[in-house]
Amino acid sequence: MKDKIRIASGSGFWGDLQSIPLQQVTKGQVDYLMMDFLAEVTMSIMQKQRKRNPAAGYAKDLIQIMKEILPHVAEKNIKVITNGGGANPMGCVEEIVKCAHKQGIKGLKIAVVSGDDILDSLDDLLKRGAGLDNMESGQKITDVKERLISANVYFGARPIVEALKKGAQIVITGRTTDTSLTYAPMIHEFNWSWDDWDKLAAGTIAGHILECGGQASGGNFLGDWRSVSDLAHIGFPIAEAYPNGEIVITKHENTGGMVSVDTVSEQLMYEIGDPTNYITPECVADFTSIKLEQLEKDRVRVYGIKGKPATDLFKVSMAYNDGYTAIGSLTYSWPDALEKAKKADEILRTRLSDLGLEFDEIRTEFLGVNACHGPLASEQNEINEVVLRIGVRSNHHHDIEAFSKEIAPLILTGPPSVTGFAGGRPKANEVIAYWPALMPKKLVHPKVEIITT
Amino acid sequence: MSKIKLIDIAHGRSGDKGDAANVGIIAYNDDGYEIIKKHLTVENVKKHFEGICLGEVERFEMPNIRALNFLLHNTLGGGGTVSLKHDAQGKTLAAALLRMEIEI
Repeated sequence: MKDKIRIASGSGFWGDLQSIPLQQVTKGQVDYLMMDFLAEVTMSIMQKQRKRNPAAGYAKDLIQIMKEILPHVAEKNIKVITNGGGANPMGCVEEIVKCAHKQGIKGLKIAVVSGDDILDSLDDLLKRGAGLDNMESGQKITDVKERLISANVYFGARPIVEALKKGAQIVITGRTTDTSLTYAPMIHEFNWSWDDWDKLAAGTIAGHILECGGQASGGNFLGDWRSVSDLAHIGFPIAEAYPNGEIVITKHENTGGMVSVDTVSEQLMYEIGDPTNYITPECVADFTSIKLEQLEKDRVRVYGIKGKPATDLFKVSMAYNDGYTAIGSLTYSWPDALEKAKKADEILRTRLSDLGLEFDEIRTEFLGVNACHGPLASEQNEINEVVLRIGVRSNHHHDIEAFSKEIAPLILTGPPSVTGFAGGRPKANEVIAYWPALMPKKLVHPKVEIITT
Repeated sequence: MSKIKLIDIAHGRSGDKGDAANVGIIAYNDDGYEIIKKHLTVENVKKHFEGICLGEVERFEMPNIRALNFLLHNTLGGGGTVSLKHDAQGKTLAAALLRMEIEI
């Protein structure tokens, strides 16, 4: 057994810095590269792409990334684990196999983890007691069932560990949890038992620290942000894991950013609810047990972690169509910038009302004044410029389009010193609403296939 | 009695959980943690976010990293792609809480 493994974070979301994965596998020693691509509604976007083109539906960026890193990971035997397979992990793997062939890389084992997509088997699952009512609002699944675009189970580390045990060097999954991409290698390498809750929780917390990429190594840092050096060349976090469940968070030398108790603490707080019950498919982690210690520059020890038994439920992420939105904006300059923007808002609302349009909501914000902090922001008299931002939501596409036509006319028929309409009419966006639910684990099973190049 | 600014004794991070925002506030030292523990009550935070947080406020203590986590329900205009807010994910709300001034 190895005495430690180094797991590098290569992506925090679909659209993250493209240069990072190559940097992570070339600027220093690592054993694993994990890349997270999936946010709450990402699966539904990918599902739509797949509907238009059966070969699509995964994180396209991943193919370019694999092209760049394949020679290095093959040479150094670095294992790559990612959920970038999205709604079409097999399609994604087929493209990666083509890349490997072009580069003359033979004998590479690639695993496909699927079975998370339950959209087509919903009726059957509901009959067998899946439940699937909205776990936050309590709304019944029947209210939205006909409008669903995607429905995916969050699998955890089990299928990834199975793939690694079968000798896979690259693991491409559909909807697996962000954290499992990091702790699956620990379970595999250190032979942790599936009921060793403290160690599974330690791995989970390492996963939580890595899953947002640069947010743990100095990006989006609200502490002393000026003290973070060279963000232009930020190094993404690396978890150095030990068999006893201790973790050291670090980054490659000669990269920018910062790994400190403060930067790690901020990431620990990100998007959590009750810190004593952080639920994953394999355990329940207690964030109040975490101890942090700065060992040296850019090395933070994470230890003392306690966990509790896993639940017998999987989380399910679903999405459904829920009308349209459009958002328009115009920029007003000094003098009286805010007063003019407010007047324009008033004129626009009157015209929308005269047209008899129906909206579920019309929302006005003044960027530069109160868009972020609402009533907490104090209004200043002599601001230089302000952006009027007005958004509408409706189930009627026609009403949204009618709204879009009313923005530009304000330039010639509203208050003066206005600009900022170069982008054309605002486009109608489809609203994809999120539906989180739970279902018994025993009703669904992941599938692991190995393809050799 | 003297007034201190929360931003001088704490930092934090915020994000979204559906239509709820999570706001994590971390004190720079033990004294600071005692202050936030005492003054950032559910009531005070709810009042601070009047007009922004339209639902309940939940508070969780994390003494191990000198932090408090708040869940602000019904805050993000529906959340996700439903929301018409510029900050639909509540990413600037930690900074919004740090605007608070505390009398000690």
